Amino acid sequence: MKPTWRPGRWLIILPPLLFLLIFFLIPFAIALKISFAEAAPRVPPFTDVIYFTPDHHLHLALSLANYRYLLTDEVYGVAYLYSLRTAFFSTLICLALGYPMAYAIARSPKSMQGLWLLIIMLPFWTSFLLRVYALEGIIRDNGFLNSALLHLGLISHPLRIMRTTLAVYLGIIYSYLPFMVLPLFATLEKLDHTLLEAANDLGSRPARAFLDITLPLSLPGVIAGSMLVFIPAVGEFVIPSLLGGPNQLMIGRVLWDEFFGNHDWPVASAVAIAFLLLLAGPIAIYQYYNVRQIEA
Amino acid sequence: MTDGSERRVPPLLLSVLLFGVALLYLPILVLIAYSFNASPLVNVWGGFSTAWYGQLIHNRQLLQAGLLSLQVAVSAASGAVVLGTLAAIALVRFARFPGRLLLTGMVNAPLVMPEVITGTTQLLLFVSMMQLIAWPHRGFTTIVLSHITFCTAYVTVTVQSRLQSADRSLEEAAMDLGASPARAFIEITLPIIAPAIVSSWLLCFTLSLDDLVISSFVAGPGASTLPMVIYSKVKLGVSPDVNALASLIVCAVGVCIIGAGWLMARSDRRRALEVQLANR
Repeated sequence: MKPTWRPGRWLIILPPLLFLLIFFLIPFAIALKISFAEAAPRVPPFTDVIYFTPDHHLHLALSLANYRYLLTDEVYGVAYLYSLRTAFFSTLICLALGYPMAYAIARSPKSMQGLWLLIIMLPFWTSFLLRVYALEGIIRDNGFLNSALLHLGLISHPLRIMRTTLAVYLGIIYSYLPFMVLPLFATLEKLDHTLLEAANDLGSRPARAFLDITLPLSLPGVIAGSMLVFIPAVGEFVIPSLLGGPNQLMIGRVLWDEFFGNHDWPVASAVAIAFLLLLAGPIAIYQYYNVRQIEA
Repeated sequence: MTDGSERRVPPLLLSVLLFGVALLYLPILVLIAYSFNASPLVNVWGGFSTAWYGQLIHNRQLLQAGLLSLQVAVSAASGAVVLGTLAAIALVRFARFPGRLLLTGMVNAPLVMPEVITGTTQLLLFVSMMQLIAWPHRGFTTIVLSHITFCTAYVTVTVQSRLQSADRSLEEAAMDLGASPARAFIEITLPIIAPAIVSSWLLCFTLSLDDLVISSFVAGPGASTLPMVIYSKVKLGVSPDVNALASLIVCAVGVCIIGAGWLMARSDRRRALEVQLANR
């Protein structure tokens, strides 16, 4: 870097740094602060955590009541566990379906790869809300699937899929499948095929070569894809809200209801902070692999 | 590397790929088909009709929300492109500066942060700012600010990969010939990364147009974006005009994405895509 750049550097660095600091990082600090407040019937609807008393002393009123409430009211525990379990199994199914898809694209001729990627990418950028709504058109009681099956005589009564856990699984898999395929493709595409040929020459069976070479080398893609499905799926709101019933209580819905239904902002903040702590591990793993992949 | 044209995809793999693609596209195709159904009942085919499309034009609520969403999307995409490109330049060109790690983290974290968390925390920020400095009023401004926040991440990741592959030697040659570093960057490197900037603007535009959760949190009472109106309509049950609207949006987004893909493809196709996808 030439020294002449140096004074101008901060003109480039500061705008994005300050913007993200104010609008991305500081909000978490504020949420942390409000999670220690108590709900109050005023605007905004919570008590002050830090304030000056009339005799000009700085007063810190931290209340752990919200966190205690999260631990005692079983709704939150149930919702956290349900969200984690649903996201986990959806991620596994996405992986099982997405891996062969990515592998097939990586092994097709170079000229076809761009087209396949575009086909996978198109729904991935298409409105999320509208895709979930479109899926509802397929699985609802009088929807496309049931009409087709009834018409073919395969079933005599419509299958009940809407408002069940199965609907939530279908919604997550349908919505997040591209998130799994794309990073998997990126690692599988870079795979050195001479390694597989060498294994083949040395007498290794294709299945064996896959387990010994392809799978370990594609592990960064497996992890990146899984995190890209798992993390947002845990916090999913639209899918359980539109496809699930009252039993499909996911943490995103609880947070939403706490804000818009109960107007209890301090409890909502505590839910968000607890949720973030829960996701800190997966997000750190994702960041680690992501940075490594960028630098590779 | 083996020759690409020689490779064969095993039939089993290909059938899983086709199955997955069918899964991705079937609901959208059925939705578009329903939008031309003359009957308002979902399980009855009442013949071909474009009546639902005609009704859209007279729905003031949808039109207003659509206009707000378009304004938000244009503003957010433009703001994010400026900030995201600056961040990408900083991360690629400046090897060491205080806050580099912080910037890297803040650029990547929004990509995976659940929307409900971003929405909650940003609402709390805006409410606190309102108390302190009486700005911003909840509505258009807060929606744009929060959309810029998550869109910036996509711009940075896209432009970053493009910038990394750009050849520095041309820029150095220009500087040896007496151009200032800024001028060398603008005349040589900017045209190279321009397709990435344009395509990330289009991607931000569609992301912003699509956002429901974050907008719902930060919008406040008065303002409703298009996804917010659609969500409340869908929540109440099936409405055939939503089918028509959804089909229109899906087609418009499809055109945007194919346009963005084409722009990227025209210059440096494979490399840029691969890195961008890997980082998504």
